Amino acid sequence: MIEYSLQAMATALANKEISSVELTQLYLDRIARHNPPLNAYITVDPARSLAQARAADERLARGTEGPLTGIPIAHKDIFCAKGWLTTCGSKMLSNFVSPYDAAVIARFQAAGAVMLGKTNMDEFAMGSSNETSFYGPVHNPWDDSRVPGGSSGGSAAAVAARLAPAATGTDTGGSIRQPAALCNLTGMKPTYGVISRYGMVAFASSLDQAGPLGRSAADCALLLNAMAGFDERDSTSLDRPIEDYGREINAARTAKPLAGLKIGLPEEFFGDGCSPEVMQLVEAAIGEYRQLGAETVAISLPSMGLAVAAYYVIAPAEASSNLARFDGVRYGYRAPAYQDLNDMYCKSRAQGFGDEVKRRILIGTYVLSHGYYDAYYLQAQRIRRLIANDFASAFQKCDVIIGPTSPSTAFKLGEKAADPVQMYLSDIYTIAVNLAGLPGISIPCGFAGGLPVGLQLIGNYFAEARLLNIAHRYQQANAWHLRRPDGFD
Amino acid sequence: MSLTLEQVRRVAHLARIEISDVEAHRTLGHLNEIFGLIEEMQAVDTQGIGPMAHAQEVAQRLRADRVTESDQLAQRTAFQAIAPETEGGLYLVPKVIE
Repeated sequence: MIEYSLQAMATALANKEISSVELTQLYLDRIARHNPPLNAYITVDPARSLAQARAADERLARGTEGPLTGIPIAHKDIFCAKGWLTTCGSKMLSNFVSPYDAAVIARFQAAGAVMLGKTNMDEFAMGSSNETSFYGPVHNPWDDSRVPGGSSGGSAAAVAARLAPAATGTDTGGSIRQPAALCNLTGMKPTYGVISRYGMVAFASSLDQAGPLGRSAADCALLLNAMAGFDERDSTSLDRPIEDYGREINAARTAKPLAGLKIGLPEEFFGDGCSPEVMQLVEAAIGEYRQLGAETVAISLPSMGLAVAAYYVIAPAEASSNLARFDGVRYGYRAPAYQDLNDMYCKSRAQGFGDEVKRRILIGTYVLSHGYYDAYYLQAQRIRRLIANDFASAFQKCDVIIGPTSPSTAFKLGEKAADPVQMYLSDIYTIAVNLAGLPGISIPCGFAGGLPVGLQLIGNYFAEARLLNIAHRYQQANAWHLRRPDGFD
Repeated sequence: MSLTLEQVRRVAHLARIEISDVEAHRTLGHLNEIFGLIEEMQAVDTQGIGPMAHAQEVAQRLRADRVTESDQLAQRTAFQAIAPETEGGLYLVPKVIE
């Protein structure tokens, strides 16, 4: 059952081969057995999950179910869920039981999905290794001495070890795609504005976007169908017609399903900076795409090299503003002892935030401060425009851009933790996509030294259905994405 | 460029984060490495390029200025139940004005 696609699980539930309570219990048992060494979950609440499963079973009995009714889903602990501890991986929110539901949580609830638990993550989603969590690092199920990637590392480890059939994540600079690559999953960051950010703890609001982490593109399409949609409570939510993100996937299989597809290969993705074993598998995947009928064209994204620099101005600037709300007054951590109000702010924030979060708040405060705004913040925003323009020109020549997701396979725990710049450079291929607001997906494309490698596909705005189909046709032609790490039977 | 210890202390003050001398020294080293990366931007001529503040070129959506939440007392109670200190529907903080 744990290898069933979401579609197959839904069919089994509809045919009463298994109940939602049984399915949920199956995963709760797996979590009890396998989670302790992985540390993928921060909160599991079996009583609540099983109550939701019973409600789903009643809905199934009435025959009013939707595609996800009764299916357990794990949620990144960045999504507020009413009555659930919602920590965002931080001591600052270690006592925060949310009084309301995020839009994403409410949508899954309306679909009848069961909430399996809240997954571990880098503190406030700031990290690429899941080592900055107040709740300790997550271990990669493929090798427990290595990181699962971040910041959605708990979600990725949970799905990879089959401690959840699927999970949600968020992606500000690669936080869905990079852990998907490092854990052999399919993970998508949709176009900015497609999924409501309401109730999703804010990091960098002009970049943050939720998305699905699953075992296949077909599963991700089902998840995206549940997650996407206009929400007036998010001022950047886009009011667009509802679409079925699986519509292209469901078309019949042919010998050359991608005939006529133009794949753009940016020279900046295929130069130095990527490990040879990753590049070899990316090249092999591109070869497979040619066999599926696609043709490749050389393109260039000349400002790509500046993406990391611009991102580490823009994201911290927005974070310093967003995280100003944590003041120890209305919710969250308050220092036990202080002199006066200002001292209460300073001590609560010093004790409640971890080192990486503090660093980013300080960078953001600095680049927004008097005398530095133009040189840093405005310059970064101008470079952001150059990067978006590069993609616009590229999409004149191609339908999709392909390259590596991450420059290396999963690195060792502790390997980059003391060196922020090295950590930041692990997102060189994913960050530009967030700056431009484009959709991107990472899919498994093989193994190097026993560790998964991810292939990144980037589409034009609102090309989610097409991207998912391009990923799906590759997954029909090989089985990399179906591999499960040893030790999680 | 590189930051000074005094600038680190000043920024920490602006951000309302207490910082010890040991932390300030360590932070200075990390921030200077990060700004080394960020400085790559300065070599680029961006004259005439409009700053891009947002991923979508859409105007901010406006709404009528009216109360949309229902059951406000129950909501206030729920939201204040998780506050460090409240009294009579108010959030309590240390005395600011004598």
